[in-house]
Amino acid sequence: MIELIERIRTATGPLAIRAGGSKDWYGEATSGEVLDVSANRGIVSYEPGELVLTAKCGTPLAEIEALLGQNGQMLGFEPPRFTGSATLGGTLACGMSGPRRPYAGSARDFVLGMEILDGNGQYLKFGGQVMKNVAGYDVSRLMVGALGTLGVLLQASLKVLPRPQAELTLQFECDEAEAIRRTNEWAGKPLPLSATAWLSGVLSVRLSGAHSSVAAAHRKLGGEETAHGAEFWAGLRDHRAAFFHDDAPLWRLSLPSTAAPLDLPGRQLIAWGGAERWLKSDASAAEIRARAAAHGGHATLYAGDKGCGVFHPLPEALLKYQQRLKRQFDPRGILNPGRMYP
Amino acid sequence: MIANEAVRRLQAILPPHCLLLAREDLKPFETDGLTAYRNTPDAVALPETEEQLKQVLAACRETGTPVVFRGAGTGLSGGALPVDGAVLLAMTKFSRILAIDPLARTARVQPGVRNLAISEAAAQYGLYYAPDPSSQIACSIGGNVAENSGGVHCLKYGLTVHNVLALRALTIEGEELVIGEGALDIPGYDLLALMTGSEGMLAVILEITVKLLPKPERAQVILAAFDDVGKGGAAVGAIISGGVLPAGLEMMDRLAIEAAEAFVHAGYPLDAEAILLVEVDGTQEEVSEDVMRVRDILLAAGATEVRTAKDDAEQKRFWAGRKAAFPAVGRLSPDYYCMDGTIPRKTLPAVLTRIAELSREYALPVANVFHAGDGNLHPLILYDANQPGATEKAERLGADILELCVAHGGTITGEHGVGLEKIDQMCVQFAPAELEAFHGVKACFDPDGLLNPGKAVPTLHRCAEYGAMHVKGGALPFPELPRF
Ligand SMILES: Cc1cc2nc3c(=O)[nH]c(=O)nc-3n(C[C@H](O)[C@H](O)[C@H](O)COP(=O)(O)OP(=O)(O)OC[C@H]3O[C@@H](n4cnc5c(N)ncnc54)[C@H](O)[C@@H]3O)c2cc1C
Repeated sequence: MIELIERIRTATGPLAIRAGGSKDWYGEATSGEVLDVSANRGIVSYEPGELVLTAKCGTPLAEIEALLGQNGQMLGFEPPRFTGSATLGGTLACGMSGPRRPYAGSARDFVLGMEILDGNGQYLKFGGQVMKNVAGYDVSRLMVGALGTLGVLLQASLKVLPRPQAELTLQFECDEAEAIRRTNEWAGKPLPLSATAWLSGVLSVRLSGAHSSVAAAHRKLGGEETAHGAEFWAGLRDHRAAFFHDDAPLWRLSLPSTAAPLDLPGRQLIAWGGAERWLKSDASAAEIRARAAAHGGHATLYAGDKGCGVFHPLPEALLKYQQRLKRQFDPRGILNPGRMYP
Repeated sequence: MIANEAVRRLQAILPPHCLLLAREDLKPFETDGLTAYRNTPDAVALPETEEQLKQVLAACRETGTPVVFRGAGTGLSGGALPVDGAVLLAMTKFSRILAIDPLARTARVQPGVRNLAISEAAAQYGLYYAPDPSSQIACSIGGNVAENSGGVHCLKYGLTVHNVLALRALTIEGEELVIGEGALDIPGYDLLALMTGSEGMLAVILEITVKLLPKPERAQVILAAFDDVGKGGAAVGAIISGGVLPAGLEMMDRLAIEAAEAFVHAGYPLDAEAILLVEVDGTQEEVSEDVMRVRDILLAAGATEVRTAKDDAEQKRFWAGRKAAFPAVGRLSPDYYCMDGTIPRKTLPAVLTRIAELSREYALPVANVFHAGDGNLHPLILYDANQPGATEKAERLGADILELCVAHGGTITGEHGVGLEKIDQMCVQFAPAELEAFHGVKACFDPDGLLNPGKAVPTLHRCAEYGAMHVKGGALPFPELPRF
């Protein structure tokens, strides 16, 4: 770590923070010398009875998930791994959560504390290893999704969850509007939902919990049980499913879950009970963004020509305060400059 | 004293019934839930419209007048305590539930709406708002956001920060921030997380969209008695590592049990050193399974008695005792002082033993009530403010307890906030660089430092005076680095 501190303090130009490189493609391009943080790895502490795991940010997610698995626990936000090299730090910096998110919480929801180096190479520690902590502003959660532009993430403590006893995936044939309606209605009932996805006229629903309650929910909902549930959700979580693999630009629209069908050209995969809509479309960025905004959400470009900007433009007032925060944590503007907003 | 110019401006903006200036009208606003601290405000503004609120903030900015926001005034850390020369800006008139969307499971509300009113309004759809502070009949949702409040169901359902989808806020610079609209995430930095728990230091919250959850099909409360507090603490860890995530997991020690029993006749066993209340919820089937598992774990952990509430009425009684624990303890003593440290659960026995020792050393009784599942302690220090020096003694004991929590890897506040009360203990929990970062964050939103000045984050000068630089195991982190 002392080495990292030195690198930041003596930097004369921008630094591009990189660990596993599994998300090099995400966000705006940033120039700068690579600051490799992958050597800062290892699980620092893990107490299953506390539901808390602390790890250095270069730790591969695979290592963390393996240890949790041995103890019947898991990362509740089911982060995407994309390739095997995804690390804890990269996952938190990108703020990415997987299929379980609407029902269990997001990456930032599970963060309890963080240690970082700011843009002056200053070591700072926020939050802690306890479930509840309101001392000081919630800077650790502010770091989640900030794409390393506010600090180099060194170490994080996360709340973890017990793994459900049983999981089962049901499938239903229905159209888009019907899928949106059903998933929202079901989410308003005490059902053990843990993921939903609609693709090509098929709605897949995952149930998680005690054996008996999963079985009872199956009886209530009907549908066809599929034997390939685990693969299906992993394919969605890690973007390995065929849907993601063609040359059309890939957009992620984050919308209120009840937003009406988008009516945009292209193909869609609707996850998160309607709140996350993956769109493969050649429609113009302007059109997609306008549609997302009209529905009360925002659109992010995952793959395609980044000329139109990756992230949804911010209203002026928000941008002003975000820029001030950036200057506060990184006065020299050297941490991943431009990776988030130019 | 507040500047005359500021008062004139306020009089021009607000109709007379929205501006209190007479001493007898101001008196009720001299304190929040932390009644040991009192300061009569110079002026209380009670705007009724956002336009008035905007103008009041502009007037304060232009006249350099500090502003303290106030919700329902139930805060326990002096967050809404008036500051000299400031306008106390009460949000009570913003008390409308603007919309409930049963399909999307959201409620859009004004900040003055009471926490419980949201669940009451959502009940007709089988939905409720999960965070349930014990003060929920009175406290405002704006205050909940400002404090990131919790309740007895946090372990499973999270704190306020986990249940807010969108906010509208107004900065002292007059900028309106629309942070999210109902999607599950927002573009840019997570200002939703930053605003939540910011104790009225960054902006005023104008509107809140909260997540509503379906009422569980069934909830079952189990009461377990222990002849030793440490055994109760160990049982908490055993339940959680046993794979059950209870909706609520609360513990009370002997003094708290006796007080609650005398007050609400909850049916608690009076011969126990500690009781645990475990609530499991979910589908019928899940609850039946979990009840069996929890019973087995409790018995294996040495519970002397395990009772499953027979019916709704008994269930309500079990909770009533817990929810009324503060006022119940309040009946034992002229005054009590409620602490709010959080510790890693496994340190519970050690921390409780030390609190008992401190209680003897200070000769002040301490009753313990806590959100055991979250490791969030509420030691209640009993004292009599009429005895000379007693208040100071209680405060010193409280400070020792908080520092004990920090020493065990915990925090000085789990849900009540820092306010004015715990400002010195911030010096123990954070290094100077971290405190500077907090001041820096505040300066981004409130460059002139007009919002709730002197609260939540101590100046380094104050910390130096408190004489508690952040020394861990005798060494500063990175001693080779300059500290300021
Ligand atoms: C008997 C009792 C039991 C309690 N139990 C719990 C509990 O179980 N869990 C828990 O977490 N807390 C508990 N509390 C503490 C308290 O109820 C909470 O902190 C609550 O959220 C405060 O809400 P309020 O509306 O009373 O806010 P106030 O006390 O009026 O204000 C609190 C802070 O919020 C700021 N504020 C208020 N409104 C706004 C706004 N619109 N915009 C910006 N800032 C604002 C104020 O400036 C102040 O800093 C309890 C208190 C009592 C008296």
